[in-house]
Amino acid sequence: MLPDALTQTVLLLAGVAIVAGVVGTGCAWLVSAYAFPGRRLLDVALLLPLAVPTYIVAFAYLDLMHPLGPVQSGLRALLGLSGPGDLRLPDIRSLPACVLLLGLVLYPYVYLPTRALFRMQAATLLEAARSLGAGPGRVFRSVALPLARPAIALGLGLALMEALNDIGAAEFLGVRTLTVQVYATWVNRTDLPGAAQIALASLAVVLVLIGVERWGRGGRGYATAAQRPRPLERRRLRGTAGVIALGLGLLPVALGFLVPAAYLAREAGTRIARFGLPERLASEALGTLLYAGAATLAAVVLGLFAAASPALVGRRWGGLLVRLAGLGYALPGAVLAIGLLTPLALADFGLSSLTRALFGTTPALVGLGTGTALVLAYVIRFLGVSTGACEAGLARLPRSLGDAGRTLGRGAFGALMRVQLPQLWPALASGAVLVFVDCAKELPATLLLRPLNVETLATHLYGEAARGTYEDGAAAALLIVLVGLVPVAMLMRLDPAFRMRSRLPSA
Amino acid sequence: MSARVSFAVAWMLSLGTMASAAEVNLYTTREPGLIRPLLDAFTAKTGVTVNTVFVEKGLAERVAAEGERAKADVLMTVDIGNLVDIVDRGLAQPVKSATLDSAVPAALRDAEGRWFALSTRARVLYADAKDFADLKSIRYEDLADPKWKGKLCLRSGQHPYNTALIAHHLVKHGPEKTEAWLRGLKANLARKPAGGDRDVARDIVAETCEIGLGNSYYVGLMRSGRGGPDQQKWGEGIKVVLPTFEGGGTHVNVSGAAVSKNAPNREEAVKLLEYLVSDEAQGIYAKTDYEYPVKAGAPVDPLLTSLGTLTIDTVPLTEIARNRKAASLLVDKVGFDH
Repeated sequence: MLPDALTQTVLLLAGVAIVAGVVGTGCAWLVSAYAFPGRRLLDVALLLPLAVPTYIVAFAYLDLMHPLGPVQSGLRALLGLSGPGDLRLPDIRSLPACVLLLGLVLYPYVYLPTRALFRMQAATLLEAARSLGAGPGRVFRSVALPLARPAIALGLGLALMEALNDIGAAEFLGVRTLTVQVYATWVNRTDLPGAAQIALASLAVVLVLIGVERWGRGGRGYATAAQRPRPLERRRLRGTAGVIALGLGLLPVALGFLVPAAYLAREAGTRIARFGLPERLASEALGTLLYAGAATLAAVVLGLFAAASPALVGRRWGGLLVRLAGLGYALPGAVLAIGLLTPLALADFGLSSLTRALFGTTPALVGLGTGTALVLAYVIRFLGVSTGACEAGLARLPRSLGDAGRTLGRGAFGALMRVQLPQLWPALASGAVLVFVDCAKELPATLLLRPLNVETLATHLYGEAARGTYEDGAAAALLIVLVGLVPVAMLMRLDPAFRMRSRLPSA
Repeated sequence: MSARVSFAVAWMLSLGTMASAAEVNLYTTREPGLIRPLLDAFTAKTGVTVNTVFVEKGLAERVAAEGERAKADVLMTVDIGNLVDIVDRGLAQPVKSATLDSAVPAALRDAEGRWFALSTRARVLYADAKDFADLKSIRYEDLADPKWKGKLCLRSGQHPYNTALIAHHLVKHGPEKTEAWLRGLKANLARKPAGGDRDVARDIVAETCEIGLGNSYYVGLMRSGRGGPDQQKWGEGIKVVLPTFEGGGTHVNVSGAAVSKNAPNREEAVKLLEYLVSDEAQGIYAKTDYEYPVKAGAPVDPLLTSLGTLTIDTVPLTEIARNRKAASLLVDKVGFDH
């Protein structure tokens, strides 16, 4: 029912916003403002949960926390209880558990931009506040937090869209969100208009999200002076304080990555030992890399131009383009995929009519049922992500840079390509990483649009889950996580905020 | 250089013709891993390659959009509702085949040959093995009895397996009684309706609940140990009863297939369907998937016969399919999943 589903969705999003916001911002502040043993490791480790899709964290914890699973069995053994009925912990199939699990893997979306902001921009102001005698708490509350608001808003926007579009975790954990309801209406009642109505409701939620995000980012210019931004001087924590800081920071890493990954590794290990490696794993990994890679390339190039369009074609049309690019991210994957079917069919029809008229032959379908359809769906769905990253990157560049390019006789386009682009690599790379991971994890559109005989790691895992044997998907799940790690590692190498630490005195 | 190019072109062309010489394209809502042994056996026997795509949601939409040049030859589903839906949308074509007609009982196929059931499965009761009192004659209706309060585990009411059962109840008892029954079921739930049928068995073993509903083949899959020792423990930790409707039989659903309206390889498509109802294939259905065969006289796996004698209820499958939308709406109306 719509009101119930809407309530569940709003509660879920509110909860995830709190968890992801607090964890993401808190950790960003921890690694930016303090120096303690293990900080450099933590700095990087905090990104790891980004590699774990929501549906994987859900099924890992479902097994781990089940009354028959290792955690409760261990507890019972510890307490000397015999039957699983003697110890009743709250069931993990619930809204609060869903909020926690989603928050634990989505907080890096907040951590990443917020951390970059603390690191690259806020240093001067924060140090000014310190030198005026403000304590660490006051600096955080009165200076850092307001400064970070746009970054937090950006990150939360992304995290909440992910949460809204999640289908696997909500289904596993029995949370009836709008997205789950879209499926039920569509699949069980063959009621596409009804499903579209619910999809509209979820679109309304997205509009509210975008509104809140714009408001959060609102009215703040981020042009900095042309000199290289200076990182913040860290306050040193010694002894117990340092250990506590490290422990606090490691908690989300452990819960969002180490525990589920270790569980997957163990499950995959026992399965491979028993049944051997799944036959098609290699070709599925290749499929994932291929389609996600192609889509990433296209999305980053298009995203760059979309982000630069206000400078290229004027603020009014450019702004519209930027917003247009972000639209796909708001659509549930399945709705987008279904919506693509008709235009793709039309394009195929047009093309075949054309070739028939010109050459007298009818080609095979080039849109529907081919990789093109899949890549197109990915690009539409995730263009907003790369655009956002490029937008942020451009905004970070000193304005004088574009002007300088133009005074050298380049047009806006030339300035973009020759002067700004070389400075934009970090932003492009971080955009590419996010798009790639999103594509590799994407499920509903992949399921609907992929060609014959093509499986990706995600569809393999979903297939196992569909027949109730998700433990058999552990190897594929582990690989999805590993695929997700590659770009995370790339991000660490390319992002100047991460690279910079090698040039800093050890902290 | 040009020789190399023309060679490459010739090679590609030959690939194209080779592939189109003997192949059949299977679009399925059924996870292909389950039917892989069947398809491999078919290819070994006939030399026809089977290309598969698993489209769990939106199979009909995709085939409809592909239209006249659809690559789909055979459309396969694991729920009667989805199967009839394909026919209702005009995506299937009639098939006249003496082999199919004699192998599949009339109740399990369309009179015009637009769909055929290939295997059947019963919706059975899983119960705590330790407490197995007077469940032998339990009926689906009894599950709403308040004596089961806090003791019932089910997957989502919106899952086709449950929607079909609820649709069946609708045909038997009408909307008011079905709504009351659903409210009773909901009041008895021990946890949120989620996960799969295997989770029901696992939760019974975990003493989260005492009874629940699941498909018959999961019992075989779990007990056979093919899913590993944990699942075997769940399968052996439950007793299984074949419930019936008041004065009727047990609810069954089917996996089935249709030949796509614009099938480019119609001949191979029919050949595949005919193979799937052959003695050999029906034996594989029973042995590897623990399903009930549709063909009379085909062997049933001992793991299944040990569950008891299956008496299928007489309500026609098409009647159940027609009511699935109403059933799905009722599930929402009583807030079953919330």
